[in-house]
Amino acid sequence: MGLLSDPNRRRALISLLTRLNTPICIVCYMAGVAWFMGLAFEPFTLRTYMSENAMGSTMVEERFPAGERALATGREFSAHKKRTGGMPVEWLMKTMQAKGLEVFTQRFSRTLPFPDENKERYMVRGTNVYGILRAPRAPRTEALVLSAPCSPGDNNNQAVGLLLGLAEYFRNQIYWAKDIIFLVNEHDLIGMQAWLEGYHHTNTTGMDWSPLQGRGGSIQAALSLELSSDIITSLDLVLEGLNGQLPNLDLANLFYAFCQKIGVLCTIQGKLQRNDWDSVSGYSHAVQTMMLMVMKQASGRPWGDHGLFLRYHIEAATIKGVNSFRQYKTDATTIGRLLEGMYRKLNNLLERLHQSYFFYLMPSLSHFVSIGYYMPAFGLLAVILLLRALDLWVQLSTPPQRTEDGVTDIEPVRGTHFKTVADLLSLLTPLVISHLTGVALYMLPIRFQEMAVEHFPVSETEAVVLTAIAVYTAGLALPHNTHRLLSGEGTEQGWRVLKLVAVLYLAVLLGCTALINFSLGFILALTLVPVAAFVTPHVPKVLSAFILVILSPACTLLFSVFFFQELQEMPISFQDGWLLFLSVISQGILDHSLYGSLVYPLITLLVYPCWLLFWNILFWN
Amino acid sequence: YINIYSGHTNNWAVLVCTSRFWFNYRHVANTLSVYRSVKRLGIPDSHIVLMLADDMACNHRNPKPATVFSHKNMELNVYGDDVEVDYRGYEVTVENFLRILTGRLPPSTPRSKRLLSDDRSNILIYLTGHGGNGFLKFQDSEEISNVELADAFEQMWQKRRYNELLFIIDTCQGASMYERFYSPNLMALASSQVGEDSLSHQPDLAIGVHLMDRYTFYLLEFLEDIHPASKTNMNDLFKVCPKSQCVSTPGHRTDLFLRDPGSVLITDFFGSVRKVELTMETINLTDPIEQLESGELQKEMHTYADQLPVSEIIHQKPKQKDWHPPDGFILGLWTLILLVFFQTYGVKHLKHIF
Repeated sequence: MGLLSDPNRRRALISLLTRLNTPICIVCYMAGVAWFMGLAFEPFTLRTYMSENAMGSTMVEERFPAGERALATGREFSAHKKRTGGMPVEWLMKTMQAKGLEVFTQRFSRTLPFPDENKERYMVRGTNVYGILRAPRAPRTEALVLSAPCSPGDNNNQAVGLLLGLAEYFRNQIYWAKDIIFLVNEHDLIGMQAWLEGYHHTNTTGMDWSPLQGRGGSIQAALSLELSSDIITSLDLVLEGLNGQLPNLDLANLFYAFCQKIGVLCTIQGKLQRNDWDSVSGYSHAVQTMMLMVMKQASGRPWGDHGLFLRYHIEAATIKGVNSFRQYKTDATTIGRLLEGMYRKLNNLLERLHQSYFFYLMPSLSHFVSIGYYMPAFGLLAVILLLRALDLWVQLSTPPQRTEDGVTDIEPVRGTHFKTVADLLSLLTPLVISHLTGVALYMLPIRFQEMAVEHFPVSETEAVVLTAIAVYTAGLALPHNTHRLLSGEGTEQGWRVLKLVAVLYLAVLLGCTALINFSLGFILALTLVPVAAFVTPHVPKVLSAFILVILSPACTLLFSVFFFQELQEMPISFQDGWLLFLSVISQGILDHSLYGSLVYPLITLLVYPCWLLFWNILFWN
Repeated sequence: YINIYSGHTNNWAVLVCTSRFWFNYRHVANTLSVYRSVKRLGIPDSHIVLMLADDMACNHRNPKPATVFSHKNMELNVYGDDVEVDYRGYEVTVENFLRILTGRLPPSTPRSKRLLSDDRSNILIYLTGHGGNGFLKFQDSEEISNVELADAFEQMWQKRRYNELLFIIDTCQGASMYERFYSPNLMALASSQVGEDSLSHQPDLAIGVHLMDRYTFYLLEFLEDIHPASKTNMNDLFKVCPKSQCVSTPGHRTDLFLRDPGSVLITDFFGSVRKVELTMETINLTDPIEQLESGELQKEMHTYADQLPVSEIIHQKPKQKDWHPPDGFILGLWTLILLVFFQTYGVKHLKHIF
């Protein structure tokens, strides 16, 4: 007989499962965390390599000459920007036309759901200006995009100057097989979202924009440039986009290849590469780089203007120029040459970038870990949930040994029997109420901000954030009382069924999240899986309640904020950290309504109700 | 009796580049370099079938449009204005290549797309592209195997479509393509052995691609020194591109060739050299020229396949269909039906029918 159909063997297996459940869970958890930490260890990673044949071994001598002229253009741009107090549309249009591009503009306007205190804007109105360089001999079927944001103050002037300089140089060449679109977007991400929506004729976020008059074909790749000083010491590559989506690894490989060829210092997450992987400090450096990427990816926000392109299956990255205290400085001509080389290679593309990985983690710019290597870390954590579910299933199936009444029910109970409607209700009630609380957490903060502002002396942003925190905390009090109203004391079987449902729900939720955004799924799994595993009504209440609150999504976010600041070597005090935490919540809500980020709805509508179910189970009796 | 003269009266060349895409520029440059040499040494365009799978000269990414360079720093443009490409773009397929070799082309194919060779033709076949162990890739979508190629050459031999054939291939693992040859009078050269990659030569920093493959680059250098009166022989050709220059080991195969390679001139295949003997004496022809009976003309043991069926194209007469007796199948079917009928209804009903 087979292993599972032989009743003796099955009983032995089941008893093994129930006896060793907790030790196996603990081992799996440690193994999952150890696997994750081991990902940054260099022998376990792979060197990056160019996968796309069309971008392969060909090399071109870059000849961009006009770095100084580009910087002068940048200074002119800055002067005009100061004069108009925003985007100097006429000057930009005139300059781009003088360089031989087809110039178009797009107006957009958007009222944010509540004022954004980080960027100090509420009713946003702006104009995007873009010029199209038509390929001299090719049909207008494909395009590449080079963009620079028009930022207030003294930021990114050199980026726009370099963009215009490159436009002029590119216009004089005849070897372009794709149209190149030079875009200067206002109000960074909001302008970029308006432009992309206009380009692709979609309207997903309810923004108001004028249709685009000129188009260039389907966009194959895009680069966003951020350069705020004349001389730089290193170039930083930013990959993380909206909802944790990453561009194809070939784009990072291309950047790295050119950094090596031209001899510019290149970083990722602002950290340089180190060669001493076998020393403790070398390893911790790699871990820090990888953790920064994990944190940034988990937040689900686009970390550069490129982040919004990824949703349209356009591979995009942001290149930031950094000026720090190093001896070796790079001038604008060299950066121009690097970009020229990258664009010439992208010009050779015949299809969209698809040969390399879309899901990866990078402990350094020259090494990567692909999804096949990092997913087992999450898998080990998910296995704990499945083991717990099996354990509960077995417990529910064995006949209950009632010693008080003396009447034992020997009839084997296969699964759960809802003998009365009350049983079913006692299961459904926590579910429904948790989810309603989640919906309240999702909708109330924005809806009732005016009411809150009337009654309390706070600004709208603070009102929204504080309402969110209030609903979250209220949720702790509300659900666990209801089932008492319904059926008095909760039954032993009742909480087991609820826990089984909750554990499976959490497993599915985390699994789906990890597939799309591994970092978010893993971080949530790290904190929620222990909660799911150990909570029962019989553990010590006060201690468990404390632990549960510490491991809840909101506290995870608070700790992540402090951890993130530590990783970036800018540790902050508790007050600053708390304020940062509040602004992170408000940014999360804004990202959701402005760009369609899914982290906020995921946490409020799905993760928080799931956590409330466990809270419910803790207070079952 | 060792034949040292080849006995050919005309020369043909079939030059094939099987790769498309801009980064395979070097394969087109390879083929055009051989085309240039072959044309320079005398083979006219009417006797060259040139197949190029992609248009590099007019590719949007070419910084020097209408040119294909084979030397870096743009010294030698092999495209020019007198290049006649017979099969271009998507017409370069395995099927078309095999049809050219065997002559099985539809009647509407123009002369320039046909290999109208006869039993006194020496043919040069040059293939380049991406290959592997036993196959050559055409156009990124199909392959020709060494078995197919060997069978095509056998068909050519049986149809008396060549006198001697020189086969040169410049791909990775090229030697595998001539392993299966079994027809007589074939000589083969390849740029690399099985398990080795053929490498490309130099990238051009302005165009941004590799311009040529190493083997063909040194082959071209070798051929530039050949002129129609050269007496250089095949043994020198086998020495082209040793391992120090090519990194891969070029290979050759001469066991099927009836003559000694040392007595085979390069111009036997690469040029179209007419054997002209000048004489100052008068030659007496038999006088008068005898008229043969019409029946005696059929002295040839083999008949030629009609390669250019002009009569069919012009006259388009419907062919008479011969009467065939009914198939055994139909006979059998009727027998079965009759048997079943008689079994069911009994033999006594036979009298009702007859």
